Amino acid sequence: MSVSNQITITRTDRALDFIKRHPLFVLGLTMVTIIVICALFAPAIAPFEPGKINFKHKLVPPGLEHYFGTDALGRDIFSRIIYGTRTSLLIGITVLAVSIAIGLPIGLVAGYYGGKVDHFLMRISDVFLAFPPLLLPIAITAALGAGLFNAMIAIAISWFPWYARIVRGAVMRVRSEQYISAAKAIGVGNLRVMLGHALPNSLTPVIVQASMDFGYTILAAASLSFIGIGAKPPAVEWGLMVAMSRSKFLDFWWTAGFPGLAIFVTVLAVNLVGDGVRDILDPRYKGHS
Amino acid sequence: MLKYAAQRLIMMVGILIGVLIITFALSRILPGSPVELMLGHKPTPDQIEEAIKSLGLDKPIVAQFWDYLRNAALGDFGTSLMSGRPVLEEVTTRLGATFELTTLAVIFVVVLGVPLGVVSAVRQNSLIDHLSRTISIAGVALPLFMTGMILQMLFHGGLGWLPLQGRIGSEVLLDYPFATLTGLYLVDTLIAGEVGAFLSALAHITLPLLTLVIASIAVVTRITRSMMIEVLGEDYIRTARAYGYSPFAVYYKQGLKATLIPMLTVVGLTYGYMLGGSVVVEFVFDWPGLGGYVVGAISRNDFPAVMGVTLFLATVYLSVNLVVDLLYFAADPRLRTP
Repeated sequence: MSVSNQITITRTDRALDFIKRHPLFVLGLTMVTIIVICALFAPAIAPFEPGKINFKHKLVPPGLEHYFGTDALGRDIFSRIIYGTRTSLLIGITVLAVSIAIGLPIGLVAGYYGGKVDHFLMRISDVFLAFPPLLLPIAITAALGAGLFNAMIAIAISWFPWYARIVRGAVMRVRSEQYISAAKAIGVGNLRVMLGHALPNSLTPVIVQASMDFGYTILAAASLSFIGIGAKPPAVEWGLMVAMSRSKFLDFWWTAGFPGLAIFVTVLAVNLVGDGVRDILDPRYKGHS
Repeated sequence: MLKYAAQRLIMMVGILIGVLIITFALSRILPGSPVELMLGHKPTPDQIEEAIKSLGLDKPIVAQFWDYLRNAALGDFGTSLMSGRPVLEEVTTRLGATFELTTLAVIFVVVLGVPLGVVSAVRQNSLIDHLSRTISIAGVALPLFMTGMILQMLFHGGLGWLPLQGRIGSEVLLDYPFATLTGLYLVDTLIAGEVGAFLSALAHITLPLLTLVIASIAVVTRITRSMMIEVLGEDYIRTARAYGYSPFAVYYKQGLKATLIPMLTVVGLTYGYMLGGSVVVEFVFDWPGLGGYVVGAISRNDFPAVMGVTLFLATVYLSVNLVVDLLYFAADPRLRTP
């Protein structure tokens, strides 16, 4: 009798509770998982070769053979969207990795040493933030030459100051903590204190920021491809697919509609995950979004 | 006040010099030398030497930068390779179109987004709040060019109500000629009293305007909401309620006033976002402004034009932020006490 009154919390209960508390995060995570599976197993999922031109089947409307129809060169849009997941994930990971690789050391040094070093490094960051968004990546890509790789580097260069600022703030908060002074007192070098004590403390805000920025990087890269300075054929990139269908999208909506939808769904999914990561790792923000 | 303004101005000049260093560096790492781009195929060695001299490329890099700085200060942002005209001249002929579009967009976003944010804050978890949250989550994920193209499909392709692109009907310009006084077609056509031309300009600006507004209104609504929620928890709001002020007075007079300062920052940021976004939107709608010009210049390898416009827009953005900072100062008496 007493057994039936006992409250037991099973794993399923915990999982259900988590889903109840973070429904959008779970939804986003599910979508991202599907996207990652599409990227990993693209050749198995896509019914056609993404670059296969077939003039006999050009501009076919969506149907049973071509789920999302075909483009002006007769290429299967569904297959191209499946392969496009690879490009988008590659863009997000590359841009964020380069941004953090530039921003993190700058923020670390600025926050740790403070004073003139900090002032100098932060003013440099300010300069990069002085351009209207999207304009600096466009100018950098124009200078480096059009192409997906250059576009990714350009977006990363224009985005690193945010990471420099976040790391700097986090390092400044712990700089005066006793364990840092203690480490210095027993003769630990500046570099080791920075990497061993200051850096780990700044990782959480960096992870939160990165998970929220992933969608932005995909949007920015798609925009650069759309105006003609990002990905070039034969690359399979959604922004480029929309750009190439620009002259006929009014009559053949699917040529632009599905790649556009793919960008939307992907960015939505990673943004939901990003918001969830922020809520879970940094509860201060809960309910503010 | 003067001291503060002077400080901000000096800081802005510092950042502007940094901006110039970046655009200068970018124009030096261009693919192919500017000389090659200017002279085209197979120039003679004499031609090359002359071009290098005339562009000042034989001088040391520091001297080159000094020239660049001095020219920019005098309003010389370089010369377009394509048209051979000064970039500043090209900028001024297109500035009106971009200014009209982006400024109207900012006004709409603030006028619609702020009250919507207040309502979302006052009625948390109401239908409006959920709706604005959903729209903001979705709006941020939609690329600008897609919003624009969906609007084109709906209102031009589907309904046929609005023109696909451009700034004014070409036949309208012939039928109702009007003088471009301000460079803002909506104003110029009214001054000239040409209602037909005004309506054409209005029909043309609607979709690009809507695209920019859709893209950023949700962000402004959400920021207003979270600031309002914070303010509504303050003691003086409770006091005002206790004194029997009407809810409208409490929310819009007491509450909104306290959010005025952070709101100014939002307006500054939104304006910057509009300037950046105008590049994509103007390209989609073939809008004859600076953004579309940049895209065209890139495709024609006209790099001095690209860097010139970049420099110009960065200066505009910095100036907007300077004004926002000074308004900050005017709006918050606490900042004035030393």
